[in-house]
Amino acid sequence: MLDKDGIAKRIAREIKDGFYVNLGIGIPTLVANYIPAGINVELQSENGLLGMGPFPFEGEEDADLINAGKQTITTLPGSSIFDSALSFGMIRSQKIDLTILGAMEVSENGDIANWKIPGKMVKGMGGAMDLVASAKNIIVAMQHVNKAGESKLLPKCTLPLTGVNCIKKIVTELAVLDVLPGGGFKLIERAPGVSVDYIRQATTGKLFADDDVPEMIFD
Amino acid sequence: MINKVVSGADEAISDIENGNTLMLGGFGLCGIPENCITALVKKGVKDLTCISNNAGVDDFGIGLMLQKRQVKKMISSYVGENAEFERQLLSGELEVELIPQGTLATRCMASGYGMPAIFTPAGVGTEVAEGKEVRNFNGKDYLMEYAFDADFAIVKAWKGDTAGNLIFRSTSRNFNPVMAMAGKITIAEVEELVEAGELDPDHIHTPGVFVHRIFQGANYEKRIEQRTVRTKN
Repeated sequence: MLDKDGIAKRIAREIKDGFYVNLGIGIPTLVANYIPAGINVELQSENGLLGMGPFPFEGEEDADLINAGKQTITTLPGSSIFDSALSFGMIRSQKIDLTILGAMEVSENGDIANWKIPGKMVKGMGGAMDLVASAKNIIVAMQHVNKAGESKLLPKCTLPLTGVNCIKKIVTELAVLDVLPGGGFKLIERAPGVSVDYIRQATTGKLFADDDVPEMIFD
Repeated sequence: MINKVVSGADEAISDIENGNTLMLGGFGLCGIPENCITALVKKGVKDLTCISNNAGVDDFGIGLMLQKRQVKKMISSYVGENAEFERQLLSGELEVELIPQGTLATRCMASGYGMPAIFTPAGVGTEVAEGKEVRNFNGKDYLMEYAFDADFAIVKAWKGDTAGNLIFRSTSRNFNPVMAMAGKITIAEVEELVEAGELDPDHIHTPGVFVHRIFQGANYEKRIEQRTVRTKN
């Protein structure tokens, strides 16, 4: 079973040299720490920056330079800054190669719910609906089950949707799964020491698994 | 040339009335028009509809206007980090319309570009789509979203000149240029106001034609919402 950093580390292996990547808040943010050596990516922050760098050194914070999580950050050589409309223009026109975001629920046809729990304070969707509606490649980073022990991989989402039919891949503490074009979760890899049966029990949606599902490999 | 330079925030916002719709630039607390917000609080104008990506924090930004119950409706993409906001929302004093961030930016853009509506895939199949026209282009569904209609756009720039030209700094640019283009009347507050001719025309982000009033702001606090740092070694 993986911890949050393990999930981030496994997702980082999906990133290819030259990718433009948008990372959501939470586990996705950790992915930046595990991008393999020799792989150059440019991180997009939808408030208007390509080429996001690490947090500034203490005393070098700039109130005018933040990411979409409102954290102080830095720029890297080759970075560029633009306005919010242009930022979502590059998202809508699919210039961003990969979007990684968290979720509360994913359904077996690739619907995602991650912005609203009825009855609780609603903070808003931010840029998530724009990202999932337009991105050509979306990976969801999340826990396989919620705090109540219920599966987050479902036949149908129960929470209000963020986007429909858009998720292609999910990485959890238990497994790597693809969402099949015809519906259903295809088990691609198991976390070290986790059995197919265990994953099956944690997955309420339709799960397809070969007889021999490999364990994840970490460099 | 028409004189666009006003004495300060009080004069710039003097004709904003109860019930007006305002666009306010900024993302979080970054690039918000601090001086105009202070002046709006002082003026006490009420029943405002505010179009802004966020609603500030309890004691800064639009949060200051919420404290004085000046806002009737917020149109935003994300409104966390504000206890007074939550209280007014739950008690029904405040109306909130949450819309996707790209839709928000593009509805501003459409207004500034003279287009009545745009089509976006954001929100298709979700509750955001309720009551909206859906059109299919090349096999994909899109929602029709209308351009905003704002009485005033209030933006914050780094530098400006007496002709109204604006230059923004770093990610404080965010919604400011698109909102600057979208107000029936656009008010710009800048950190440094210079004479026309002192800014390189190649470096202008917002041409002065979009800006009706401009002034050099004072005492910028530029509060940081999430101070994140690393230590050397």
